[in-house]
Amino acid sequence: MIWFLAKFTTSLFIISAVFSFLSCNANNKSIEIKFWAMGAEGEYVQELIPRFESENPDLKVKVQMVPWTAAQEKLITAFASDNLPDIFQLGNTWIPQFVALDAIDCLDAWVEESNSINKDNYFEGIWNTNVIAGRIYGIPWYIDTRVLFYRKDVLNKAGFSSPPQTWQDLYIVSKNIKELSDKQEKYAIYLPTNEWAPFVIFAMQAGAELLKDNNCYGDFSSENFKKAFKFLIKFHQENLAPIGISQVTNVYQAFAEEYFVMYISGPWNINEFKKWMSGDLADKWMTAPLPGPNATAHGVSLAGGSSLVITKRSNRKSEVWRFIEYLSQKTTQLEFYKILNDLPALTIAWQDSILLNDPYMHAFYEQFHNVKATPKIPEWEQIAFSKIQQYAEIAVRGVMSVDEALIALDKDVNKILEKRRWLLGK
Amino acid sequence: MVVREINSIKSIISPLYLFLAPALSAIFIFFFLPVVAAFLISFTDFDIYALGDFSKARFIGLRNYLALFEDPLFWTALRNTFYFVIVAGPLSIAVSLYSAILLNSKLVRFKALFRLTYFMPVVTTLVAVAIVWRFIYQPKFGILNYLLAFIGINPIDWLGEPQWAMPAIILMSIWKNFGYNMIIFIAGLQNIPQHLYEAAVIEGANRWQQFRSITLPLLAPTTLFVSIITMIGFFQLFAEPYIMTQGGPLNSTLSIVQYMYREGFRWWNMGYSAAIAFVLFIIIFIGTLFQFKIQKRAEYSWY
Repeated sequence: MIWFLAKFTTSLFIISAVFSFLSCNANNKSIEIKFWAMGAEGEYVQELIPRFESENPDLKVKVQMVPWTAAQEKLITAFASDNLPDIFQLGNTWIPQFVALDAIDCLDAWVEESNSINKDNYFEGIWNTNVIAGRIYGIPWYIDTRVLFYRKDVLNKAGFSSPPQTWQDLYIVSKNIKELSDKQEKYAIYLPTNEWAPFVIFAMQAGAELLKDNNCYGDFSSENFKKAFKFLIKFHQENLAPIGISQVTNVYQAFAEEYFVMYISGPWNINEFKKWMSGDLADKWMTAPLPGPNATAHGVSLAGGSSLVITKRSNRKSEVWRFIEYLSQKTTQLEFYKILNDLPALTIAWQDSILLNDPYMHAFYEQFHNVKATPKIPEWEQIAFSKIQQYAEIAVRGVMSVDEALIALDKDVNKILEKRRWLLGK
Repeated sequence: MVVREINSIKSIISPLYLFLAPALSAIFIFFFLPVVAAFLISFTDFDIYALGDFSKARFIGLRNYLALFEDPLFWTALRNTFYFVIVAGPLSIAVSLYSAILLNSKLVRFKALFRLTYFMPVVTTLVAVAIVWRFIYQPKFGILNYLLAFIGINPIDWLGEPQWAMPAIILMSIWKNFGYNMIIFIAGLQNIPQHLYEAAVIEGANRWQQFRSITLPLLAPTTLFVSIITMIGFFQLFAEPYIMTQGGPLNSTLSIVQYMYREGFRWWNMGYSAAIAFVLFIIIFIGTLFQFKIQKRAEYSWY
């Protein structure tokens, strides 16, 4: 028995020695960078790797695709087990969480020394989503925001040759559209309560702060937030927007069938809309910057997109930085746009003809100059996805009045922020 | 010398434990330790901040549990879960028993085919099933509303109306799960000696009397097993609403496990989430004890 054990362990030793020798040999030639990217990005970014590897023969990039639906769980559990890659893609609203975890590195020093990556090359609102307490943690990779998708033909019939510029216009055109349709089962606009974004966007446009006292308390029962919230709920109450979300199993089909005529959404939907609005319908829709509370300017929208971040515990930071610089070149960004239609973060890339010639992109370009970040605290995700959506639905269905719902919302949010207050008070 | 030492150890530890050791240590490491850890975590406010830096976790005693009792969403989830268990549980057992008796009848042909058909939903991936049922329930084009229209029922927004969403989930889960219990019931039925029925026929008992006095009492152990397994499974309702309704509309299909998952793995409130898990554990434990009690009393009354 003992003899057998001895023999077994020695053979194990030999095997592992051989393996480590082999792997050492492989690693000596080039340094491997581990890169995690989500969904389609993870799949298609592979196509950008060969050029980088030929320009940098000492580096190898290993891409791992992480599905979007499980991305956050995967990243956080990887952090907990110290298995994060050297660099990963991070939705820019998730950055506060990973800064709170102390999982990602501050990039100030790298940006300062860099010849190519500079704050001025990016849309200001987008860059700011990566800045927490004055320090930069991520480099914008591709960007998104929400604009108005609308049916040109129906708006024309409703007496609007151009998209609504103001809240007032939006309401009037919706009323007109509703009157045009003889059937009850048609709506002017789709404002589903499982999307918090429009509620927050309109509140920001009205000047609401969302949170107050250094983001320690909810500010949802403030006058400004209430004004925006009431404005949107009115669309549901007056039957201009569908209350339930189960009727719309496919937004593109519903848009093509004029089930609704306007929808506030982002560039991730452009391709699908183009696909569904083909043939006769191809020139019957357009995108426009969001309407604002008054006629002087169009309204602000959300600064979205994904950034590239470096894991704090990575020991290949300078190599990773070279990779980030590569992904942030104009040519790489445009190439990525061609492969996947992810909008380039670099402003200069927008001067390329491929973007200039796409009429649907003009609204986005204009909107990117007027985008704003949501509160940059780790709790925001929970506040937006669970609480704002919950109380939007409650108010839309008339379970509570708007005032009651917003007081309850504040109360719930204050409970969520209790930990933050304690941490700041320490 | 080594051999002697091993022998002396052997004499202290009975070989029983040596053989059990691998299994016991696996249970200890992968089951017992996590449960204890979760129990301890339920007394802290372990969250995303604490995940980064453990000193940011606070020991807060029973406050998670107290907060649960004040949390309207928890009560909603609890009510929904009980609704589901109390309605779907007995219904699903009744459907299983009924189909088992039908399939066990001598008159039925193609038994294997029917068994297979009824068992098929059990082995089908729940995600696929849920997506198909979402189409069935679709208010405008769904086949269910189409069929209901023939008997003059106006279209119902099954998954969109708070009062219909849970019945819709119940219908789907009964369809999905009854095959499993049916197979167990068939096995139980086949264990009932045929001569009991023959004797009953000679005594002049009708079908219902046979069922009431022979089938039911002799199936009692099977029924107990099935009802406990079903109850435990149904209390852990998760995937159906998670895929079909995400807990909505108006949280009318939010279940306890889904709430636990949301708090724990979506918002990383691990302490709170662990507290929910232990409340669920206590509920299931009490439910099981309760069923044992009822079953015992029922057995006395049958004999």
